[in-house]
Amino acid sequence: MALSMCRYVWWLSLSFPLHQFLPTLPARRLFPRPFPRCFRPPFFFLSPPSSLLYLSQSIFHSLLHLPFSLLSSSPANTPHQKPKGSRKVERDRTMSSAFSAGKFTTQPFPLNTSSPRSHDKPFNIPSATSPFFGSSRKLRLNSSSKLNLHRRSGTVVAVSDVVKEKKSKFAPNLLITKEEGLVLYEDMVLGRAFEDMCAQMYYRGKMFGFVHLYNGQEAVSTGFIKHLKKEDSVVSTYRDHVHALSKGVPARAVMSELFGKTTGCCRGQGGSMHMFSSEHNLLGGFAFIGEGIPVATGAAFTSKYKREVLKEADCDHVTLAFFGDGTCNNGQFFECLNMAALWKLPIVFVVENNLWAIGMSHLRATSDPQIYKKGPAFGMPGIHVDGMDVLKVREVAKEAIGRARRGEGPTLVECETYRFRGHSLADPDELRDPAEKAHYAARDPITALKKYLIENSLASEAELKAIDKKIDEVVEDSVEFADESPLPSRSQLLENVFADPKGFGIGPDGQYRCEDPKFTEGTAHV
Amino acid sequence: MAAIFQGVGAAAALSSSPSNSFDSKKLLFSPRRSFSVKKGASVVVVRSDGNVNLDLNPRGRRAQQLIANAVATKADSSATSSSSKPGHELLLFEALREGLEEEMERDPSVCVMGEDVGHYGGSYKVTKGLATKFGDLRVLDTPIAENSFTGMGIGAAMTGLRPVVEGMNMGFLLLAFNQISNNCGMLHYTSGGQFTIPIVIRGPGGVGRQLGAEHSQRLESYFQSIPGIQMVACSTPYNAKGLMKAAIRSENPVILFEHVLLYNLKERIPDEDYICNLEEAEMVRPGEHVTILTYSRMRYHVMQAAKTLVNKGYDPEVIDIRSLKPFDLYTIGNSVKKTHRVLIVEECMRTGGIGASLTAAINENFLDYLDAPIMCLSSQDVPTPYAGTLEEWTVVQPAQIVTAVEQLCH
Repeated sequence: MALSMCRYVWWLSLSFPLHQFLPTLPARRLFPRPFPRCFRPPFFFLSPPSSLLYLSQSIFHSLLHLPFSLLSSSPANTPHQKPKGSRKVERDRTMSSAFSAGKFTTQPFPLNTSSPRSHDKPFNIPSATSPFFGSSRKLRLNSSSKLNLHRRSGTVVAVSDVVKEKKSKFAPNLLITKEEGLVLYEDMVLGRAFEDMCAQMYYRGKMFGFVHLYNGQEAVSTGFIKHLKKEDSVVSTYRDHVHALSKGVPARAVMSELFGKTTGCCRGQGGSMHMFSSEHNLLGGFAFIGEGIPVATGAAFTSKYKREVLKEADCDHVTLAFFGDGTCNNGQFFECLNMAALWKLPIVFVVENNLWAIGMSHLRATSDPQIYKKGPAFGMPGIHVDGMDVLKVREVAKEAIGRARRGEGPTLVECETYRFRGHSLADPDELRDPAEKAHYAARDPITALKKYLIENSLASEAELKAIDKKIDEVVEDSVEFADESPLPSRSQLLENVFADPKGFGIGPDGQYRCEDPKFTEGTAHV
Repeated sequence: MAAIFQGVGAAAALSSSPSNSFDSKKLLFSPRRSFSVKKGASVVVVRSDGNVNLDLNPRGRRAQQLIANAVATKADSSATSSSSKPGHELLLFEALREGLEEEMERDPSVCVMGEDVGHYGGSYKVTKGLATKFGDLRVLDTPIAENSFTGMGIGAAMTGLRPVVEGMNMGFLLLAFNQISNNCGMLHYTSGGQFTIPIVIRGPGGVGRQLGAEHSQRLESYFQSIPGIQMVACSTPYNAKGLMKAAIRSENPVILFEHVLLYNLKERIPDEDYICNLEEAEMVRPGEHVTILTYSRMRYHVMQAAKTLVNKGYDPEVIDIRSLKPFDLYTIGNSVKKTHRVLIVEECMRTGGIGASLTAAINENFLDYLDAPIMCLSSQDVPTPYAGTLEEWTVVQPAQIVTAVEQLCH
């Protein structure tokens, strides 16, 4: 009886991060998180009020944060220089103490990866089912630890130690060079400024329908897409303006598309949710969630086919599929994880977990909210990364894309991020707690990168301001261009329905319908 | 209508063939589409006038002969087979396989995806032997995830391949409806023409022998509204191979409907490379009194009924419409203008089926030529029962066709 009660009560111990009150607690292997079900005890079926929800979410995320700073699989990384063996023992011991009532837990134990990852090997997946720690030993910018709700003193790993072995002698402490930093900064500012301008234009009646803005999530787009070549493909969802911009589609083309003009990237026929560019290999823009993931899998399949069947030996094109937390409950997601892992397709599944699917909180919709864990279930590594930090995202992206390029198969990357605005411009955004929004607003990726660049003397305020100004001009120019562009004429109505317009069939007079002169005028009845 | 012309004799036959009655104005040749095979294949498929009475199941040189009461049933093809005849005899599923194999040899970017297409050879053996010949990646055995592997086919088509996606049963493609409707049909348009999707989606459908309700679905009615796709239905080994090849070579997404009960039809088909035009209908039996429009399996029920009707003194004109979307209104229109009476016989559902759309199209375009309202015989709006007797009554039977024609012609 007592034992069965433990089942319901043990979780209480985990709902408060006890370990932070135990100063001697060594670096436990907390990856994957032992936490998941502890906030939803079996009898708690009602959704908590938003503040409580926020609290649980913040605890959830803070728990995810701290161990990343703690966790360092390489001995050289940590201030506590302990030999491998003893650390392992400590891990086991701490695990067992935390799970003293572990026999009764219904959730599976975290998978055992016994050998700490050594820093000199490339990403090495010991077995198909073990999670791998990608960004775990990531170096966080100093600012984030302040934002961490649960103050952990002295547990943040010194960034310099980690980076030393990775980076060149020239910039021993830094992750990026000046050029790279400026590129990242410019891309993120472009995304932000563009989306802000979209909102303005929408409220002025220049664009209509559903417009989904990406404010706050720029780090994910920039961090990933800036690693790609032009031949690599990107597949997105309806929140695709910034993916298009990062991939290289000119701002003018995107803005015209939003205004519905012929000079838009899709000739005005797609709109906000259907951004395509064959030149830049942006395979869309999909309105239904989950729809794009199979298309991305297909693009990755083509890459593999070209290499193995068509014998284009240097074809190592990678595909990135971006989608949200809501999509991770959709069948297409799981089906594609299976197929991609089965055939080792060169694809990276990037989850932009912004915790909300319109008004549905991720925790209310998902039985196991830790999405990265779903990767190992299919035989691919699953990584969680802080999506508000472009440098961390960039590190993880580099490894995941490298993995795909080398033919080692897919990766599932969960980026914890947040959208500052509502789901779309029609969303009043009343459900989200202002405190939650404030918390993430304080972790704005652009501000963070700016701070990093300035503090590490990679760029000066003036240079960054110049970039800001340049981007403002680019965005203004795109609006002007879109304003001046022509609207589609009637003759465009029937074009592009079929690649081969004979598909409209043969009319009563024996001619193919597409040869009817009214067809080119757009007034033909088809 | 399409016929294969093999030499000068054919042209002579065309101009000299006697026919029952000609409207003088129909002798004027209006410009016809001449659909030639790409990349300089050896045979040209030429579309002939609707007013020439040619049997359009050409079997070598017999194409030129007028067969006044030709009934193109399977019995005919076996009766005429002999080793001295050109061409080779095979079953419908073998014809499909031949078409697929030839296209895969011709173009290395053609690949097949589906459940059990590889090692198993396809649940109806259409892809048998292809995996050993072309490899596991070109004939891909997929997991059971229709929505996703159809989407994968679409993504592959967008990036340069030409996939042929097989639904093990057409009914399973209901699970892929999301991808077929949203992506397959629309992506070319929403991308402003930047991406083409030269995909072929095929599979067996239709009412079989007591397969039960879910395996006996006719999906042509559900897919027909999707803009941006073409739908064709094959009914003989000749047009099965031709349509398969044409669909693979087409830049548009094409859905090829096969029928479970027609896979074992035998026919002699030409050795040469040929394709059937995707947008054209096929004249099966020319006639005078009534136009019967049909497709897929019902063609055989109609031809069976035609035998009875001929004995009773009627002369039905039977057209296999083949192209379910878009309709070949030219062939159909010419026929309506000749006979003034239309009977549509289909296996699709009564409500919203192909027959319903065809009725509307004919009424819109040819109302002045009709002497009687169009009759449409379709399957009952009933989930196909398992019991054999009930199943028989859900589908149109030859006796009903005979009754309908008698009714129509009075």
